[in-house]
Amino acid sequence: MSDTKIERKPGYRTYFAVYAALVGLTAVTVTSASLDIGRLAIAVVLAIAGTKSVLVLLYFMHLRYEKRLLVKILMPIVVVTLAVFIGLTYTDILYR
Amino acid sequence: MSGHTHAGPIDRDRGCIGMWLFICTEILLFGGLFLLYSVYRYKNPADFHAASQDLSRFSGTLNTIVLITSSLSAALAVHELREGRAARSKLFIWATILLALTFLTVKGFEWAAKFEHGLYPNAAHLLSLPPGQILFFGLYFTMTGLHAIHVIVGMGIFGYGLRALSRGKIDAEHPVLVENATLFWHLVDVIWIFLFPLFYLIS
Repeated sequence: MSDTKIERKPGYRTYFAVYAALVGLTAVTVTSASLDIGRLAIAVVLAIAGTKSVLVLLYFMHLRYEKRLLVKILMPIVVVTLAVFIGLTYTDILYR
Repeated sequence: MSGHTHAGPIDRDRGCIGMWLFICTEILLFGGLFLLYSVYRYKNPADFHAASQDLSRFSGTLNTIVLITSSLSAALAVHELREGRAARSKLFIWATILLALTFLTVKGFEWAAKFEHGLYPNAAHLLSLPPGQILFFGLYFTMTGLHAIHVIVGMGIFGYGLRALSRGKIDAEHPVLVENATLFWHLVDVIWIFLFPLFYLIS
């Protein structure tokens, strides 16, 4: 228990800070959608969704405080697997 | 989790790993649907653009805030439980369930409005639209519907957790059921975080 450098358990302050960030990012994403930035819009919207997910995973789902290797590597594995699916699908679609 | 105990840290670790593995399969399930969405969108940009304008940006945004808030209260429920304050934990679980119900209510009104405008699977009006728009609404109903089922399941698990808390089967030393319910709930939130911009904001 005592061998961690980081704070072991997040408290109210952390949770509310993450919550504020999530609400703020939602506001940004809704605002950005009404700007006329063309093709860039989808990239902005996805980047914000990715950031929000990382916040939820790290703090609400406690991955930042996770010490079990198995749990730590699961998300990277899933993300890489999905990236392979998406990448291969798009090489087919774009260069057919 | 079950009554006969070799409780303690080992049991707790195993329980959470099972939920994490399940969460991975869920991400791949929805990931496949998102891939399908992106390919169809790539092939029918104009139709997706037009169809997305029929969705209510207001209710989408409202539901996003509702779900994020429910994630906060779920996280606080686990926090309170680990600190040994079961009564406050129960309050936060109730809040989470009520917010989930709010989400479903908003979603219900939204779907009802679509149905009234002849937008539901196999409706004559929907079938008269261009193919890309039919695809958009097919994906919209499939993905938000599957997500809504997850919301209902999550409420059920939280309800079960409440009962176990009341019966004293869950406490600071045995929080796995509530922890797992919460992990699942955050996953439901993460999925919506992607559903919302892709369906409601792309127009």
